[in-house]
Amino acid sequence: MTQSEALKEYLLRLADSDMILGQRLSELCGKAPALEEEMALMNVALDLVGQARNWYEYAAELIDDGRDADKLAFRRDAHDYRNLLLTEQPNEDYAVTMGRQFFFDVWHYFTLKSLSEANDERIAGVAAKALKEATYHLRRSSEWVKRLGDGTEESHRRMQDAIDILWRFTGELITPDETDELMAKAGIGPDPEQLKNDWHGLVSEVLAQATLTPGAEDAWMYMGGKHGEHTEHLGFILAEMQFLQRAYPDAKTW
Amino acid sequence: MYAQLVETGSKRLKTLEEMSPEERAFQEKVDAETKIEPKNWMPEGYRKTLIRQISQHAHSEVVGMLPEGNWVTRAPTLKRKLQLMAKIQDEAGHGLYLYSAMETLGADRDEEIEKLHQGKAKYSSIFNYPTLNWADMGAVGWLVDGAAIVNQVVLQRTSYGPYSRAMIRICKEESFHQRQGYQILLDMMREGTEEQKAMVQDAINRLWWPALMMFGPHDDESPNSQQSMAWKIKRKSNDELRQMFIDQTVPQLEFLGCTAPDPDLKWNEETGHYDFGEINWQEFYDVLKGNGPCNRERISTRKKAIDEGAWVREAAVAYAKKQKQRAEAA
Repeated sequence: MTQSEALKEYLLRLADSDMILGQRLSELCGKAPALEEEMALMNVALDLVGQARNWYEYAAELIDDGRDADKLAFRRDAHDYRNLLLTEQPNEDYAVTMGRQFFFDVWHYFTLKSLSEANDERIAGVAAKALKEATYHLRRSSEWVKRLGDGTEESHRRMQDAIDILWRFTGELITPDETDELMAKAGIGPDPEQLKNDWHGLVSEVLAQATLTPGAEDAWMYMGGKHGEHTEHLGFILAEMQFLQRAYPDAKTW
Repeated sequence: MYAQLVETGSKRLKTLEEMSPEERAFQEKVDAETKIEPKNWMPEGYRKTLIRQISQHAHSEVVGMLPEGNWVTRAPTLKRKLQLMAKIQDEAGHGLYLYSAMETLGADRDEEIEKLHQGKAKYSSIFNYPTLNWADMGAVGWLVDGAAIVNQVVLQRTSYGPYSRAMIRICKEESFHQRQGYQILLDMMREGTEEQKAMVQDAINRLWWPALMMFGPHDDESPNSQQSMAWKIKRKSNDELRQMFIDQTVPQLEFLGCTAPDPDLKWNEETGHYDFGEINWQEFYDVLKGNGPCNRERISTRKKAIDEGAWVREAAVAYAKKQKQRAEAA
């Protein structure tokens, strides 16, 4: 794999993860537990899809095969999607929604922090703006994990269940493959070892404050999203998300 | 208009002579266009009418997210998806803002929401219609937000200060939504395929009449209007507002190259307004009574969200309590 191949791959991972998590959050429209949460969920979803658009645009320029950002988002099938498996997991209850968000936000925050200092100006620029948003996302989801973990007996049980359900998808966030390593070496992506330590450090800290128990560091991890091998959920997400583009392939504008 | 048939509790207007000194001072203040603020004395009927109207308006913002939520996961492009998400977020914000304005009158948000879930409070009838194709997202923005703006622009001068200020802020965002909605339709009509153009016309066919119903019954069928007008909660009558909406919307409709599902719609040289056909009032009252296509779904979705979220809100309260105790102990 060349560095330029790795970069395209890496941009699609960033874009697809943002896009799919934004899609999951927007499924909750009108269904949040309070009006304030309604606003916040849509706000986070909006940030993520906005970031996805920026990454897709850059990816489309580099891929340079005539596809634009919309084509990348709405005309690729699941095996071409590169999102983290965590992001495609269903919303379930608010504990799972927030647990998923928290694990993602910790990864996203440290990743963007590193990308904002990338020696690729375009990436550094997009990441710097995204980092501001992700900082808020992380603060919010950390607070919710603490509230639910250290709230009532029921919320504690639900939040711990959520951690247990989602834990197996977290390995993928911090287990580097060739692409991640090439990006680190190129001075773009985060140092894998550092990212892993940062992620575990912050997750342990917040879960401890939330009176929650993390999964084992050596637990079995479900991986494959970064290579296009997804859980069964992604096919359905795309069937819904890409419906119009697929049903009306001749439409040039919307 | 996001509030329809708001009960004022009064059968006829009192004359100034019949009023108590407090009522008279209040009415004179209203007549002099001085805004009424939360701490000012106000007749009980005025307060209750406002609570009903503002809560209906707030409920409409919140329920109004559902027909859009129906398409937000299927928006066709990144740009349209982002626009729709931003619009929905604005609506949640409008809901919050309006509930706050309502709380300045001593009402409680949770109690009013409970009334909505029990079917005791109204919200705009328009949101009981389904959104069946993507063009509905354009037509809702253009017609529904458009109708809301006609009403809300006037409400910027409503006599109650917090409501008036909420309207000023909300109007700015609504006009933005309306332009975006119209642009969705215009782009499809200008550059779209035949299928896309058919979607636009279909959306207009379905939403045209329900949009006109948003202004409420005819003036002579609107028993509460007179009192609301005297209190300057309401500034223009239902029929006046509806005519304003028609007059400004028909040229936009023609510019799109679409038609309205109303054979009687035509320009009247003499009056300088568009004539239009009679609204199906039976349908209007049916929908208000709960017998619209989506009434049950809308309320059950909202109720389910709040009921199933109870444990989340309880956890937040319990956690805040613990944090407070810890801070005091430290």
